[in-house]
Amino acid sequence: MKKSFFIEGIKQGLPIALGYIPIAIAFGILTASEGLSYLTGMLMSLTVFAGASQFVAVNLMSLGAASGEIILTTFILNFRHFLMSASLSQRLEESTPKLSRSILSFGITDETFSLASVTNLDDNKKLSFSFLLGLMLVSFTAWNAGTWVGLFMGNILPDILQNSMGIALYVMFIGLLVPALKSSIPIAVVALTAMLAHSAITFVPWIPSFSTGWNIILSTMVGAFLGTILFPKEDLHE
Amino acid sequence: MNNTILIVLGMAVVTYIPRMLPMVLMQKLRLQPYIKRFLSFIPFAALGALIFPEILYSTESIPSSLVGAFLAVLVALFSKNLILIVLSGIFGSFLYQLLFL
Repeated sequence: MKKSFFIEGIKQGLPIALGYIPIAIAFGILTASEGLSYLTGMLMSLTVFAGASQFVAVNLMSLGAASGEIILTTFILNFRHFLMSASLSQRLEESTPKLSRSILSFGITDETFSLASVTNLDDNKKLSFSFLLGLMLVSFTAWNAGTWVGLFMGNILPDILQNSMGIALYVMFIGLLVPALKSSIPIAVVALTAMLAHSAITFVPWIPSFSTGWNIILSTMVGAFLGTILFPKEDLHE
Repeated sequence: MNNTILIVLGMAVVTYIPRMLPMVLMQKLRLQPYIKRFLSFIPFAALGALIFPEILYSTESIPSSLVGAFLAVLVALFSKNLILIVLSGIFGSFLYQLLFL
């Protein structure tokens, strides 16, 4: 465990924390307003730690859906992390023990994965356990703190600010993607293909559309697949 | 134990397992170069798919999301400071809502 890497991870994770807080507050408010117990909301953020699926689950619970339905929907929505875990497994220092890997796995979200993946990409350096732990811990803490605030204190942010902050994580993704787009044509082609694929699945009526989770998995695979075929050899950062 | 608590624990299990299996099992695997390449493209494809079209619906209205997104792209072209990019995106959509809604 290297302290400097851990601190670096926490610092890098601050934008994620900033984006998580308003969304987690909204999650806490929704949970309380649907009449579910504080314990349910707190436990969900502590043990599931996956934004969209938590909102959907609270919604299904308030509608009185069957347990199996709620758990299956959660599985489908969150299965995209499987792909992210596979990608991240290749970026982690090879000597990282299995126990450490299984701890880090819990913290894989769209945001921690994306941020970790673009870190140290230029010099092709592997990621350390300490760095990822710091990154994930600050994100996890913000997610849970926000949940508590929403549950017990309600909306402390003015509506207009809460609305505007809904864009936070998306523009963070933009901030992660734009420098990579500028540095590499293959990356630009891959990212734009995935955007187009996701738009096509969403908007074109005769293209079958599934749950959000599967739509993201499919579009991601289309983009990465095309990149693999079109650019079999080139260095990602020429 | 309360049924809702059991559901939450079930959710935790089915969320954790797909997160954990590749991370733990693919450590020692010798992967074909084209698979490695596919995996190295995943982050950027995922970013694209995560951003669009969902960003359009991330605030009160599509125009306010577009203003925030546009401002963030503009700042991201010149700076890698994520906090600054995030704040400019929030500011853009906040300003739109303040002025036009």
